[in-house]
Amino acid sequence: MSRERLVVIGNGMAGCRAVQEVLKRDPDRYDITIFGAEPRVNYDRIMLSPVLAGEKSFSDIVINGHDWYRDNGIVLHAGAAVTAIDRDARIVRADGIDAAYDRVILAMGSDPIRLPLPGADLNGVVTFRDLDDGEQMVAAAKPGARAVVIGGGLLGIEAAYGLARRGMAATVVHLMDVLMERQLDASASFLLGDALVARGVETVLGAHSEEIVGDNGRVTGLRLKDGRTQPCDILVMAVGIRPATALAKAAGLEVNRGIVVDDAMTTSDPRIVAVGECVEHRGQCYGLVAPIWDMCRTVGDTLTDSGGGYRGSALSTRLKVSGVDVFSAGKFGGGEGCEDIVFRDAGRGVYKRIVLENGKVAGAVLFGDAADGAWYFDLMRSGAPIADIRETLIFGQAITEGLRGLDPSAAVAAMPDGAEICGCNGVCKGVITGAIATQGLTTLDAVRGVTKASASCGSCTPLVEKLLGLMLGDGFKAATGPAPMCKCTTHDHGHVRRAIVAEALKSLPAAMQALEWSTPDGCASCRPALNYYMICAWPGEYRDDKQSRFINERVHANIQKDGTYSVVPRMWGGMTTPDELRAIADVADKFAIPAVKVTGGQRIDLLGVKKDDLPAVWADLNAAGMVSGHAYGKALRTVKTCVGTDWCRFGTQDSTGLGIRLEKFLWGSWTPAKVKLGVSGCPRNCAEATCKDIGIICVDSGYEIHIGGAAGLHIRGTELLTKVATETEAFWTVCAIVQIYREQAWYLERIYKWMDRVGLEAIKAFLADPDDRKALFERFAFSQRTSRLDPWAERVAGRHAEEFQPLSRRLEFAPA
Amino acid sequence: MTVPIISLEGAAPALIWTDVGAVTDIPLRGARRLPSPRGDIAVFRTGDNRVFALLDSCPHKGGPLSQGIVHAASVTCPLHGRVIDLATGDGMGADKGRGCAPVVPLDVREGRLLIGLVEA
Repeated sequence: MSRERLVVIGNGMAGCRAVQEVLKRDPDRYDITIFGAEPRVNYDRIMLSPVLAGEKSFSDIVINGHDWYRDNGIVLHAGAAVTAIDRDARIVRADGIDAAYDRVILAMGSDPIRLPLPGADLNGVVTFRDLDDGEQMVAAAKPGARAVVIGGGLLGIEAAYGLARRGMAATVVHLMDVLMERQLDASASFLLGDALVARGVETVLGAHSEEIVGDNGRVTGLRLKDGRTQPCDILVMAVGIRPATALAKAAGLEVNRGIVVDDAMTTSDPRIVAVGECVEHRGQCYGLVAPIWDMCRTVGDTLTDSGGGYRGSALSTRLKVSGVDVFSAGKFGGGEGCEDIVFRDAGRGVYKRIVLENGKVAGAVLFGDAADGAWYFDLMRSGAPIADIRETLIFGQAITEGLRGLDPSAAVAAMPDGAEICGCNGVCKGVITGAIATQGLTTLDAVRGVTKASASCGSCTPLVEKLLGLMLGDGFKAATGPAPMCKCTTHDHGHVRRAIVAEALKSLPAAMQALEWSTPDGCASCRPALNYYMICAWPGEYRDDKQSRFINERVHANIQKDGTYSVVPRMWGGMTTPDELRAIADVADKFAIPAVKVTGGQRIDLLGVKKDDLPAVWADLNAAGMVSGHAYGKALRTVKTCVGTDWCRFGTQDSTGLGIRLEKFLWGSWTPAKVKLGVSGCPRNCAEATCKDIGIICVDSGYEIHIGGAAGLHIRGTELLTKVATETEAFWTVCAIVQIYREQAWYLERIYKWMDRVGLEAIKAFLADPDDRKALFERFAFSQRTSRLDPWAERVAGRHAEEFQPLSRRLEFAPA
Repeated sequence: MTVPIISLEGAAPALIWTDVGAVTDIPLRGARRLPSPRGDIAVFRTGDNRVFALLDSCPHKGGPLSQGIVHAASVTCPLHGRVIDLATGDGMGADKGRGCAPVVPLDVREGRLLIGLVEA
């Protein structure tokens, strides 16, 4: 009996996979002919982005080479676009090739959408769909050239990343405010934006493209509706795909958005099945690979009469941008009747959100650590109840499975030594138990100091305490918790800080609601603390609540006992000039300022300024080039220096220069408590750096960095944190220390107190890894973008003008 | 030393009411200073949109209450942190009964703030 003839239109992932599924079930049933529009064998289209990025070559992404076609007796017509299906004669027609069929698989995939913008026909405007598109982009990707990608979806981001890897400056222009809005929530999208910036891809959100502009027929830029123009040498449109249905429509098959198929993947013609991105099944079109594999299995069943059927697929997504681990599935954005479990680790850039509905996993979005994506996806598809694993669900499969059905202590005992206890710092059970045994640790703090376990977000604290309990028996008593933040709450500072980040609490009312504050709007202790925690957690996003600032930070001057204020302009590194001094003298005269004093931080204090005069005083100081010294704030105060190698015969390094460099970068930052720095040019330590919050002692071979000094209420010498060889390393390290302190300390906790609480060793450990230091530096730099503004200049320009004016002057001359 | 404009004890004196601005001129959870012939008055607006007026002088050491943090119907003095009840001017908690910031007559009509001062 002669074999049936199977003709496959489409040599892509779906077409060839469907053929494989047929061969797997019945290798002898069909003579198979495949038509492919591209002149090449079957390759993995998903891997086009790594090819674009230069991380893989074409041969790496071939799924089936010529030998596969040969071995299976498949005739491949590559580069032959099918022009018609003659269903009466049962013939598929391509250019000069006719193929008679008994059955047909339609697998034409999809076409990229081209926006009908003016200029869309210019040279250099491309879509990103096949290898030819990729090659065109690579050809344009000269280092230093600029690319604009319209579309901040999966494909657009991958294209932009690929181009950036080729040395281009790539910008993604996206209509929506959220990148990959179909896969990510706002938090994950925000992190993605940051991660892309670190990889050389800028993003412009909420941007309406208006016109592609060009010169001599070649693209030169993209003009946006708001008037901005993004210059570019190549423009990629990656705004979406449309099922390729023209052929099916011409053949008279039923077509809506895609080619309509039933659960057997059969079209309106029982001899023709369709699969992949070109189909519409139960009203749904798919553009991701997992559902397409499901469809291919059904096509295999249908064409070999094996039963089965396709009932649609749940969707999950992974992003393939290297180093950015992203996963999303289901109702990742939550919704009515849904609950969220959220985990964030700013230190590692991890964000996880599990969405629960009716006690089951309904969706998940994972950023930065997507290792458990498949497990959550399984839980979601199986609809398994999760009530008994809810507490550990967010920590992933390893921890959860390790604990299932056991009482907590037995569960911890049963965990393998390799099980990760502290996700933030990557500490396994064995490391913790080993440290407890060999170093005789008996307290949680000691474990934190030695291993870093539970020292970041603290969510694994119960696990670490159970390990201590297991190892020490009655010798271990869990510490009683720290005191509540204030009388408005039962929560301590650490818990509140974690909750603000973990639950994405972005306003004071949100935090007070979520944490069940017992007062309507807090008190004078918790409000400034919460306001600081918000500023630190959501830089650039949170709007400072001035009513929650202590008066000094609200009016940017120090209140004195008589209700007047003192004004301290910044003197970078304690250096000043005759012009600055003259300006200060003039201000003192003009406003009849009663006292002028030299401070301990190498600057000048103007005391007794009337509040209403502050903006005018600042205007004059600004005019002489001076800015706020933040002498009034929980902020960077002074950087005291000695004259170092500039003048001193003992100086070993440019301590003045480093101090100025640090102050110019650090100023304007808000911190848990005041931060004072000192930089001494030699161990004689004339800048008294060893009683500062952060002190640097220059030595011949480099820079010693000390922390945790104090010379006020308490007198404390600093502890040596580390020693580095270059000024730039010293600069980076100090910024990283400031940031870890900003992120971890409790409000009003000076560095020395924070150090007492968490331990010098823990702080060393946080800063040990160069990548961690770099991440801290980058987070600090990000925060500084919106902090390093002169608050005086803002108020001189009229900000919060009412703060410096009386409510009314009508009573001044009223009856007395 | 500032002298109280009115005394709450004894017969209520006749008051002259003066419009000193709109309720919304004061930030929510905030206060404004209002100079008067007898010393500054602090006019407060709470988070739930109620307004109060006290002499702008803490019973502890005379700190300007108008510069403090307003929470619920109380203010924390910026100098040493005494918490004052805006309705009575008295201290709260352990500071109750240890001196009062005098209450200044205040009325609100159609969103305008009216301060009542004793006739000269």
